Amino acid sequence: MLHTVNKSSFERNSLQSCLNAIDGTSVILLIEDGVISAAKNNNSSMIADLAAQGRVYALQGDVEARGISAKLADNIKLVDYSGFVDLVVEHGTAVSWV
Amino acid sequence: MSTKKFMYLNRRSSFGTAYAIESLEVVLIAAAFEQDVSLAFIDDGVYQIVEGQNTDGIGMKNFSKTFHALGDYEINKLYVSKESLEERGLTEEDLMPLVYEDEDDDWEEKPSVKVVSNAELSKIMSEQDVCLSF
Repeated sequence: MLHTVNKSSFERNSLQSCLNAIDGTSVILLIEDGVISAAKNNNSSMIADLAAQGRVYALQGDVEARGISAKLADNIKLVDYSGFVDLVVEHGTAVSWV
Repeated sequence: MSTKKFMYLNRRSSFGTAYAIESLEVVLIAAAFEQDVSLAFIDDGVYQIVEGQNTDGIGMKNFSKTFHALGDYEINKLYVSKESLEERGLTEEDLMPLVYEDEDDDWEEKPSVKVVSNAELSKIMSEQDVCLSF
């Protein structure tokens, strides 16, 4: 499954709820304010393990818009919109954690 | 016209909601009425003034550039929460170098952004006549 998270982990618990619910093969795509969780910060540990497994993606346009390109946490994979579509095709059912 | 002290409290990042851009609009209105305006950036609000925002990839207006104009409207008190920056792995160097020209000091260019602790910020807030939250 593909899980998208579009809220900052500092403001909402969407990312935590997602992490509580995902299985061992799902991937997470951070979009909109969700990309704030892709930056190196006090919440980075939330997704560090999943990222190390190559299962955390972030939408590049949203990362650049927030000026955090140079501050990404380790192992975050950047994708553009066509990469987003590829993830949807590859992982089947998508869940939005809004 | 009487002058009041207005503080605009910015707690959200720029593009996920309309709060940030709406705040900036209202700030400029207050400036037009020659009020004593200050801005505070706390929580995810600190992302509003991060240097190097590029919105080409999301098709939204990059209004971060507008913050550079605030100095010309005599808005030169931008307080940024030190704790909020630290939580987000940011430092003062990651913020836009916003400045104003000080008319009382031969129009010398001076920084508008001041990083303050939450304790200092609460004191500054207590000195305001009006606090508007976005």
